[in-house]
Amino acid sequence: MTRILRHRLVLPIAALVALVLVNTISRPSFVSITVRDGQLYGSVIDILRNSAPLMLVALGMTIVIATRGIDLSVGALMAVSGAVALTIIDGSGAPDSPATLAIAIAAGVAVTLVFGAWNGFLVAVLGIQPIIATLVLMLAGRGIALLITGGFITTVTSTPYKFMSQGYLLGLPFAFYVSVVAIVLVAVIQRRTALGVLTESVGINPEASRLAGVRSRGIVWGAYAASGLLAGFAGILYSSNIMAADANAAGQYIELDAILAVVLGGTSLMGGKFSIAGTVIGVFTIQTLKSTITFLGVPPAVSPLFMALVVVIVVLVQSQRVRGGTLRLWNALTARSTKDAEVAR
Amino acid sequence: MSLTTTRPLDGLRARVDRFTSRRASWIPVFAALGILIALLVAGQVYFGNFITPRVLSSLLLDNAYLLILAVGMTFVILTAGIDLSVGAVLAFTAILGARLLSEGFPVVVVIPVMLVGGSLIGLLIGVLIQFFDVQPFIASLAGMFAARGLAFLVSLSSIKVEDPVILWLQTKLFYIDGWFLSPTGIIAIGVVIAGALVLQFTRFGRTIYAIGGNEQSARLMGLPVVRTKLLAYVISGACAGLAGIVFTAYQGAGYPLNGVGTELDTIAAVVIGGTLLTGGSGFVLGSMIGVFVYGTIKTAISFLGAEQSWTRITIGALLLMFVVVQRVIVARSSRR
Amino acid sequence: MTEDTAVRPIVAMTGITIRFPGVLALDNVDFALRPGEVHSLMGENGAGKSTLIKALTGVYAIDGGSILIDGEPRSFAHTADAQAAGISTVYQEVNLCPNLSVGENVMLGHEPRRAGGIDWRATHAEAARHLGNLGVAIDTHSILSSHSIALQQLVAISRAMVTESRVLVLDEPTSSLDRGEVVQLFGVIRDLRDRGVAILFVSHFLDQVFEISDHITVLRNGRLVGSSPAADLTRGELVAQMLGREFDELASISQAADRSIDRGGHPVVSATGLGRRGVLEPSDLDVFDGEVVGIAGLLGSGRTELVRLLYGADHADSGRVAVRGSTVRLTTPRHAIENRIAFSSEDRRAEGIIGDLTVAENIVLGIQARRGWLRKIGGAEQASIVAEYIEALGVRPADPSMLVRNLSGGNQQKVLLARWLATAPQLIILDEPTRGIDVGAKADIQRKVAELAGQGLAVVFISSELEEVVRLAHRIVVMRDRRKLGELDAHDTNVDDVVAAIAAEAREEAREGVA
Repeated sequence: MTRILRHRLVLPIAALVALVLVNTISRPSFVSITVRDGQLYGSVIDILRNSAPLMLVALGMTIVIATRGIDLSVGALMAVSGAVALTIIDGSGAPDSPATLAIAIAAGVAVTLVFGAWNGFLVAVLGIQPIIATLVLMLAGRGIALLITGGFITTVTSTPYKFMSQGYLLGLPFAFYVSVVAIVLVAVIQRRTALGVLTESVGINPEASRLAGVRSRGIVWGAYAASGLLAGFAGILYSSNIMAADANAAGQYIELDAILAVVLGGTSLMGGKFSIAGTVIGVFTIQTLKSTITFLGVPPAVSPLFMALVVVIVVLVQSQRVRGGTLRLWNALTARSTKDAEVAR
Repeated sequence: MSLTTTRPLDGLRARVDRFTSRRASWIPVFAALGILIALLVAGQVYFGNFITPRVLSSLLLDNAYLLILAVGMTFVILTAGIDLSVGAVLAFTAILGARLLSEGFPVVVVIPVMLVGGSLIGLLIGVLIQFFDVQPFIASLAGMFAARGLAFLVSLSSIKVEDPVILWLQTKLFYIDGWFLSPTGIIAIGVVIAGALVLQFTRFGRTIYAIGGNEQSARLMGLPVVRTKLLAYVISGACAGLAGIVFTAYQGAGYPLNGVGTELDTIAAVVIGGTLLTGGSGFVLGSMIGVFVYGTIKTAISFLGAEQSWTRITIGALLLMFVVVQRVIVARSSRR
Repeated sequence: MTEDTAVRPIVAMTGITIRFPGVLALDNVDFALRPGEVHSLMGENGAGKSTLIKALTGVYAIDGGSILIDGEPRSFAHTADAQAAGISTVYQEVNLCPNLSVGENVMLGHEPRRAGGIDWRATHAEAARHLGNLGVAIDTHSILSSHSIALQQLVAISRAMVTESRVLVLDEPTSSLDRGEVVQLFGVIRDLRDRGVAILFVSHFLDQVFEISDHITVLRNGRLVGSSPAADLTRGELVAQMLGREFDELASISQAADRSIDRGGHPVVSATGLGRRGVLEPSDLDVFDGEVVGIAGLLGSGRTELVRLLYGADHADSGRVAVRGSTVRLTTPRHAIENRIAFSSEDRRAEGIIGDLTVAENIVLGIQARRGWLRKIGGAEQASIVAEYIEALGVRPADPSMLVRNLSGGNQQKVLLARWLATAPQLIILDEPTRGIDVGAKADIQRKVAELAGQGLAVVFISSELEEVVRLAHRIVVMRDRRKLGELDAHDTNVDDVVAAIAAEAREEAREGVA
């Protein structure tokens, strides 16, 4: 029993389950799913759909954090990929053609991949602190996105583009499938190849990894490039949702949500062992939290306050000092004799 | 190899040597000053009426809030920390103040409340960092979230401020010969001077530098590290509160969406001004120069009629350049 | 300077016992420090020196015994308490603030004030005065980091004098100093001693200890081995006290020296003039197939530094390395691995094990890193490799899914050994593989090393336990104070011979081989 309780994912799963329960109890409609025209609708379905951009970004963030780094530029990169894609569609004569779609998406994602690789270069080769290295693009990226759109919020009408975030496939939102594909791909690449283990090795003990012959530089570089790529896709999804390239709103605060999702999922900010499953649970938890806050009638603008509370609770729970203090308290309360309590100290 | 004085060769070489060994941390500040001058000159050459009393006075006027934020941020960054909450705290205190004023509270009460509000958030962040081992990045992130949410809790939309005292801070202009100065500008300069004096002449200030240089050593040397770090974040919060007052005066209103991204502008200004993110090296005067660099770029861009987004890009590029150069210098000296 | 044992000690530690989970760090140790004496504390890693010092300076609490400062019983809860009692420490890393000026560092926290603020002129003047008392005249306005470590140490010492310390603890002060700087430092130490300060000097450098000390105390395995005036102790006795004579339970392992080595062809690895400024004097090292080369010397003698340069873990300033006759570039571990050289670091916790990964993952890490990230060693392949090595080395518990950090030290070392052996190296460097592990594991590892050498593997073996070196090696390289003294043929050598070689008087001229 203790073995199950000690599993890394217990707390994240418990948190999510508790959240879902609270929601269901206060509004039973939360779990209700209606079918219309062969498509599923409901609060839960909304969560599955709306969490897609955050899921992509959080997956990339997980890998970067595992290498003891962080990527603050993901929100700005989302804005960039949206801007690039929509500008291409807007400029093309055929906004509905699959070819245009393919080129637009490919271009948008390619640009953010390059930016991600740039971040990786700064961190892995030049040795710049990840916070600062990615802060630069965080600052400049939205400006670049605005330049691409010429300062406007580019809007387009394109049925296939819209489909990505608002369409349905086999009853479930297409965006959800995008999430699933991303999760599967990342999980397969990390676990079926040695990349996951090597990344963890670099994050846990960079020096020992170096002496063992692990190519730390390449691994760190790749992590940031992957983060950039995933952010690119997230940006495509986001712009598909509003059918516009809004350089300021796209991905606003998403880096913070992503970091929170990763931390909630049990991956430590100190790097090392990471959990894709944990991140997935973390993303759903955050999305559910947002849904709860909206339902409670809290204006969405105030929701950051609740996020702050969650952050504080999470870090307190993970904090050694709190752990140590709670453990001592527990031992003191359950000590059989004063001698036990002494030893427990 | 003699351990006593390296007998300097007389002349220029010796003076340069002495300068570098004594004031190496001033060099990035001079670099920033050089960039500022270069920008001003380039603007003058390109636009013709760039270096005028009007433009330069506006530099201070328009960026007074940023100047105050930068002073607080300098304290925090000197201890090798970071405070991402300042923009949100500015917005929170601003809207809080506007709300209180619109409900009839006297300005004499409102201003201290704004300052205390900012300081409390700073204290919260400091406590998380110091007593719960939370990384400054995450702790100040939580602070930013909290402040932003609180701002919207106070009011979802902007609130106009009609209090004469507040408005006086911005609208009263002292004219000297074509140059003008507002009380907000005076406050900002005052904060800069106060910050510089504290960092240079008080034990608290020197402890800040010591912590940034080597926190472990500072502790072993018996310095009050915990208290000092906490105070650094409180100061940053208080500066954000003060900046909120100044910003409200500037805009004539409080708006919960103020200051989005301002923390990044502040950090960029401080870094460009020669303060090292690794802590222990930097000056409030340098941060002031960094703010003016930011302001000059913004002015130039508006002169160009170009989109404001170029400001952020240019600042980003400058920040990058500074960081890379800092990194190269550090790598060079550690290989020595 | 003659000792006056009638003088009351300023520090009297009696029956000091300190326990950590699973380990008795100090066992009933007595230690006394008198004013006006330079007292050296010596012992290998894990002997308890740093624990004793930390008990004195308030970092550790003591479980048994008492500390009297100037006749008064004291217990320190904080480093600040010790400082208040007049005990100052200058650490190896010179715990000062490199970004502040010299004068400021000296006076930090005690700056003279004027009109509410710091009086800088008075601060620098007073700092200059304190530095002058030590015979140091430098620009107090200059930044600390612009000066050499030697000077920074003197700044740290004068800081201790600002607080009028009566006890000065110097922890490895000469590790980064060259000869001239050491002379200068010793002048300062003698001066302070003559003024009545009690100086606790911790160092591995044998020559220096004899040069400066009035009194020497030796710890070993947490116990007091000996304490006597320096004049009454010979080098040989000191080395013997430090390294000791462990009961030889492992005599069953056959003398490796029985086998003769073919040194006709090219050595597997040959290093010529390999060195790094401030770390290691240029040294040569050859290793042949099937040969075990042991490196003997005290901690700080340069053994680890030499092999790290050989492996490319650190960057060499001088010299070259050849593998089977052809010169190769060995500047990073990857180069070494490409040349089939393996290295097991002495600090397995910080540089060896990946604690949060499993035994299996740690074992295959070496081959995985070499193979690249794409082709994972998983499933059956991993299971069979891992099982083979767990069996061969006797890793307990034999559970491949256990996290390495939960293993005992001995088993962690075996996992590391497995990692390297799995890469099928032609040369393996083992730095202190038996340190801090139980006797059973020690025996297993040594047996394995002998077996592998018998099969043709070239081995470089470093150990502070001279019995092991003598038992396993065909050739013994002797090092001291960051240079190679010479080599011994292990054939008819015993521990006493090695001890004598290490302790031999240093010659100023070129080193002579002790054949």
